[in-house]
Amino acid sequence: MSEPIIEMKKIQKHFGSVIALSGVSLKVMAGECLCLLGDNGAGKSTFIKTMSGVHKPSVGEIYFEGKEMDFDCPRDAINAGIATVYQDLAMIPLMSVARNFFMGNEPTKKIAGISFFDHKLANEVTMREMKSMGIHLRSADQAIGTLSGGERQTVAIARAVHFGAKVLILDEPTSALGVRQTANVLATIDKVRKRGIAVVFITHNVRHALAVGDRFTVLNRGHTLGTAKKGEITSEELQNLMAGGATLATIEGSLAGTI
Amino acid sequence: MNEITSTQSMSSVKPEKPVSEKSNELGKTKPDERVKNRSSFRQALIRPELGGICGTILVFLFFLLTASDSGMFSAAGVMNWSIVSSQFIIIAVGACLLMIAGEFDLSVGSMIGFSGMSIALLSVVFGLPMWVAIIATFILCMGIGALSGWLVIKTGLPSFIVTLAFLFILRGLTIFAAISTTNKTIVGGIKDAAQGDWLAPVFGGKVFTGLFQWMGDNGWIETFERGFKKGQPVVEGIPMLMVWALILLVFGHWLLTKTKFGNWIFASGGNAQAATYVGVPVNRVKILMFMFTAFCACVFATSQVIEFGSAGADRGLLKEFEAIISVVIGGALLTGGYGSVIGAALGAIIFGVVQQGLFFAGVESSLFRVFLGAILLFAVILNTYIRRMITGEK
Repeated sequence: MSEPIIEMKKIQKHFGSVIALSGVSLKVMAGECLCLLGDNGAGKSTFIKTMSGVHKPSVGEIYFEGKEMDFDCPRDAINAGIATVYQDLAMIPLMSVARNFFMGNEPTKKIAGISFFDHKLANEVTMREMKSMGIHLRSADQAIGTLSGGERQTVAIARAVHFGAKVLILDEPTSALGVRQTANVLATIDKVRKRGIAVVFITHNVRHALAVGDRFTVLNRGHTLGTAKKGEITSEELQNLMAGGATLATIEGSLAGTI
Repeated sequence: MNEITSTQSMSSVKPEKPVSEKSNELGKTKPDERVKNRSSFRQALIRPELGGICGTILVFLFFLLTASDSGMFSAAGVMNWSIVSSQFIIIAVGACLLMIAGEFDLSVGSMIGFSGMSIALLSVVFGLPMWVAIIATFILCMGIGALSGWLVIKTGLPSFIVTLAFLFILRGLTIFAAISTTNKTIVGGIKDAAQGDWLAPVFGGKVFTGLFQWMGDNGWIETFERGFKKGQPVVEGIPMLMVWALILLVFGHWLLTKTKFGNWIFASGGNAQAATYVGVPVNRVKILMFMFTAFCACVFATSQVIEFGSAGADRGLLKEFEAIISVVIGGALLTGGYGSVIGAALGAIIFGVVQQGLFFAGVESSLFRVFLGAILLFAVILNTYIRRMITGEK
């Protein structure tokens, strides 16, 4: 396989006396979907926040396209091409789709030396991009609040892709969605991956991970439990790894394999 | 194995029906069958200012019916309530932008008292030229605005608490400064100090005086019939206060709806975290809006001080609430992220017209508050309903 687009080496993150991450390493290639699995408290969120520039790692190195990077703030990571879509923090419901789409990257045009927000261009681009992701808007002026949860995630993904993301980090995009909406978001992830963008998909739902993932990395209590390729691992094995193996095995009898 | 087959079918699920995919290729999109068509009239109605527009129409209708023969709609009467409304607009524009950015400023009233006193003391007591006093006061007040903004950002406390503290701090300092230097709470003599100054007329002067004289000469507006002002029009010109209100209104509306920064204001108030994640400099936006609110308070105070020729330590009392009421009548959301400067200005006009109109209508002035409370309630209920229509929430 070619060079990884982003490589995290032995990342450690300490919050005071708490060790959230103790030496996590992984690589992501362009055009693949890496699923990051783990139970609550496994360190998934902390890990992606170091990747997206929210936290600085206490120890460890981040290589982006072969060069060592040092992100001070989310803006640096975004400029480098690492975009993150957070589960419920992606969109502002009272603002229009177009305003949300261009939030932080507003197009401007100059009229008589004064720069104006180019609403016409913003609306056109939003409508076009939404259509390419399979969402038909009444108008780009409608408030995000009128869209469903799945559509909001799709808008956020489309936004990241439009602004040249090379790595797209999705933080539990499907955890609050219904069946059909989840299918829509997973289909969107598939489209994005086919455009050659690296996707890091965080979830604790094994079924969703297996649906789109090329490789699976399981985190537990700040450690990686290993990375498996698609087809090398079954959902039961993944499930057991996430839950810490033994613990789940003991209760599995009573639940008769329903989880 | 069961899992794998289900997942494969999942990844190939198309989000849209094949029918609309086909129509895409033809360049036409079939509208979603679940979305009802809205008439363009209804579409035009659904805007944050609707409550303010309805309120303004109602208020004018009410006074046209009850006070039309009282001189409320003569030139002097119009000027009377226009000036009061302009005062409210000046502080409402600042409060509106700050509220949309997700913060409050309860220190606006104290800031008005403080900046007026600062100008008076610097020019009259310390003998500085008027323009130096005005510019120094603007810098000082915007610095205080920046400080309260910085405190809100750094401590993470609600701006309600931080600016409530400034409400008392500034008021106390104003009274202390006045008493310790002049032994009075009202400092006069500003008219003399402002004589011949180049900056004072920018806040306290009148424009288009020639036009009004000409209109008076032609008998289009009333003129004084006796006394030393005989022949002069009742309304000499447009006070700079109104010009400032218009400038701030246009600037605020332009900033909010037509610029990149306006989008940042909405984003900061709508969800600061989400805005930060996409790279909006939320802290800078909020601090700048605190400074802008202080700037508006300062414009208000300077105009008032130059107009009255004196500064009082109790000036601007309760103005912060009047500004907030105007903004809320105008359709802004108290929690931020939604609102309109035009709406806030309409709220200010309602406020000013009601306050002065009840006087013209000869209504007992204590009823003003009853009327205002009723309008506030009506406007906010209407605005909540409009907002639900916009966002589609239940």
